Amino acid sequence: MTTATETAGTVAFDAEGFLLDPMQWNEELARDIARDAGIPELTARHWLVVHFMRTTYLETGQAPSIRSLGKQSGVPIKELYALFPKGPAKLAARIGGIPKPRGCI
Amino acid sequence: MTTITEHDLEQLTATEAATEPQTIEKVSIVISKGSLEGVYPGLIMANGARMEGIEANVFFTFFGLDAITKKRQAHIKVATVGNPGMHLPTILGAVPGMSWLATKMMARKMEHLDIPPVPEFVELISDSGAGMYACKATVDMFGLSDDDFVPQVDGVLTVGEFYELAAGGEIVFT
Repeated sequence: MTTATETAGTVAFDAEGFLLDPMQWNEELARDIARDAGIPELTARHWLVVHFMRTTYLETGQAPSIRSLGKQSGVPIKELYALFPKGPAKLAARIGGIPKPRGCI
Repeated sequence: MTTITEHDLEQLTATEAATEPQTIEKVSIVISKGSLEGVYPGLIMANGARMEGIEANVFFTFFGLDAITKKRQAHIKVATVGNPGMHLPTILGAVPGMSWLATKMMARKMEHLDIPPVPEFVELISDSGAGMYACKATVDMFGLSDDDFVPQVDGVLTVGEFYELAAGGEIVFT
């Protein structure tokens, strides 16, 4: 799937809407993906989670588990689900421009 | 230029709905066993459902209740006897401390994989918005009361109430 966004020119996504090249990511693109995923406005708390996901992925090559997301991102589990109702790990990864998390936890 | 009529639009929407891949919207998971290998699959499935944005309820019955019982929650062990999957001769499995040892080893492995211990896992799943329920028949049979359960338990349900709760979703028995 290739989608042209107003701000980022042409960027390639996979079939589930995850950015193919994490390096093409920027914050404008993140806002576009978030809107597409049903989050009209990214708050400071959303950004905290998105940046944590992205940083962890870029440093370790893997997206964090929901457990470490809840323990280390500074946003507790309950709030994570309030911010990203359709699945915090998956959605924050998509908005953060990294591949879909493959872990079971 | 082609004009799209309202009828065309209706047909288009209908085709789209028909070709849209089926997704699971809701699951109710029954946990009926009290061993470590009996409790974890259900917990992992419940947590995984919430991670995918799927509505989830967990119903603990029989020895599965240990996973939400204050006194027992932190002491759930691997069954080393009568468990062919352990590849351990029954007589060795019965040696005192063997179940403790197997549990210890598995716990270390799971921690490495970022799988939480049972009490933390139950809290995580509850915080993720899944409903946690105890089975009334078992509660009566074991003579338990609300005080015996961890605070994450949302209530004690009869089997009929469980089916009501599960309506419109999938039921997974473990």
